[in-house]
Amino acid sequence: MSDVHLASEAAAAPTAPGPTVLAPSSVWHRLRARPLFWVAISLITLFVLMAAVPSLFTSVDPEDCNLSRSLVGPNGDHWLGTDVQGCDVYARSVHATRASLLIGLSVTVATFLIGVLVGSVAGYFGGIVDAVLSRIIEIFLAIPLLLGATVLLATAANGDGGVLGVIVALSLYGWTQTARIMRASTMETRGLDYIVAARASGASDPRILLEHVIPNAISPVIVVATTNVGLFITYEATISYLGLGLQDSTLSWGQMIHDSVSRFLTSPHALLAPAGFLSLAVLGVLLLGDAMRDAVDPRSRR
Amino acid sequence: MSMLTKTGDASSRGGAGESSTAPLLEVRDLHVEFHTRDGVAKAVNGVTYDVSAGETLAVLGESGSGKSVTAQAIMGILDMPPGKISQGEILFRGRDMLRMSGEERRKIRGQKIAMIFQDALSALNPVLSVGYQLGEMFRVHQGASRKEAKAKAIELMDRVRIPAARQRVGDFPHQFSGGMRQRIMIAMALALEPDLIIADEPTTALDVTVQAQVMELLAELQNEYQMGLILITHDLGVVADVADKIAVMYAGRIVETAPVQDIYRRPAHPYTKGLLESIPRLDRKGQELYAIKGLPPNLLHIPPGCAFNPRCPRAQDVCRADVPPLHPVTEQDGTELPGRGSACHFWKETLDA
Repeated sequence: MSDVHLASEAAAAPTAPGPTVLAPSSVWHRLRARPLFWVAISLITLFVLMAAVPSLFTSVDPEDCNLSRSLVGPNGDHWLGTDVQGCDVYARSVHATRASLLIGLSVTVATFLIGVLVGSVAGYFGGIVDAVLSRIIEIFLAIPLLLGATVLLATAANGDGGVLGVIVALSLYGWTQTARIMRASTMETRGLDYIVAARASGASDPRILLEHVIPNAISPVIVVATTNVGLFITYEATISYLGLGLQDSTLSWGQMIHDSVSRFLTSPHALLAPAGFLSLAVLGVLLLGDAMRDAVDPRSRR
Repeated sequence: MSMLTKTGDASSRGGAGESSTAPLLEVRDLHVEFHTRDGVAKAVNGVTYDVSAGETLAVLGESGSGKSVTAQAIMGILDMPPGKISQGEILFRGRDMLRMSGEERRKIRGQKIAMIFQDALSALNPVLSVGYQLGEMFRVHQGASRKEAKAKAIELMDRVRIPAARQRVGDFPHQFSGGMRQRIMIAMALALEPDLIIADEPTTALDVTVQAQVMELLAELQNEYQMGLILITHDLGVVADVADKIAVMYAGRIVETAPVQDIYRRPAHPYTKGLLESIPRLDRKGQELYAIKGLPPNLLHIPPGCAFNPRCPRAQDVCRADVPPLHPVTEQDGTELPGRGSACHFWKETLDA
């Protein structure tokens, strides 16, 4: 994964289903003027680099553990101290970036696509289509995300689904929220004059949906999807903690947090380090989402 | 239904019509209802009118008189349900559009019949540039490439006299003034040179000086392309200069039809008369402005007989019992007045009052 890839993924989000809404150059022009955008880009670049080439940030082997230095506080050799196994917390946090980011982003993209598709079709066509899709949404909504994903991983994947297993399980139960928001937003947009005008000018339903409805209805979904990146990272952590997601061979922040929870009062550094990494990563994505929304939505532009 | 002299002229000049006699669009006995929780609202109750190429029909009426609903039924953009066309025909070049397939109707929309909406700001997509939206007409219906579409969009903007079209083609609707936005709406409607344009209160949202410019532009373009135009309005002032004939609507019915000059001089329906008298006039300065008393009827409970009877100064028992048909209006001596009709039991008395 490269920097360009990540940035373009976020940039493509509001326009992905249809053609480019605004000239990319003008969006770029407006983004460039925002300091927060640069903060976001810096953070994201940092974490993407960390995920792609962890050796740039640390030369310590995260698997080089020595019980004789268990739970040592931050010092010159181990900048963020060591955990209960005596492994370097900083090195482990850096190496955990890859799995956490990959899962958070993949699940977000998957739930975004499913949610936008199902929600906009249900909201736009209404009637029987809406009734059927809404019932499907409700069926999935009735199963709590974590419980559903846990059960699925425990049964189908026999407790070891790996990264792909976690992505599938979380996506399968995580798309309902975006679908519901998209449906509500679509229904609101559907009745607006310019949609009626588009119909009066002879545009077909798929065209109206893709070009007129979705680009106008998608903003709230983008905001939710951005916050979801962080949410899904924490869900992955929870599942991993339960022993059903990532196994010890794959490092993740969530695993590290959960491993150190019970010793938080005596050795807070082992928890605060991965928690800090997680928070900064989520902050970066959130800021980018905000800046993108302001730049793409002409109504909020001055 | 008799044609106006001006209509005859227009069609004989060639126009877009295939035959010079058949009207472009004929609405026959159209009924539209809305099924709501409180009951059935009868929005349109037997509207009949027609428009020929090059002709302008003004449909006049208050809010809720059914003028816009009729237009939506013609365009096929009525929300169904709750709306329902319970009866009637809409013939476009002699073919009933209500019997066409959805795909067939979609091809007529925009290409053959186009619509101009009242509020251009809300009728233009806020996230797409005006050039893109204008170009969309060509891409949807003619499969034009993006580049061709943009060139045509600029041409259209020039056509409706938007200054600096080339520079503004990438601007968004909110960056234009109200008058310019309405010009863009007109440009969109004109894009594919349709045979008929329905303009639903095209100038209501504009200030008076801009209103005149926009109406002038519309009339000029209509003349140039020899299009039929249905002008929906509640403003008698707008109508006078542009329209050839007028249909006045009340409670989902046409209560009076007439060539435009005649109706101002000699209205044959008390409602039309009331409308004309409620126009502020300079020579009546200082006097109280006339207003038709009462309110338009609730469409869920249209009064029996003539719908206007509770507000009519001339109402008699017969008005409360019988629905008046659209009587052909003649002089006292029986001389026919072409194109005139009045749905009033006392049209004779009203005409000469």
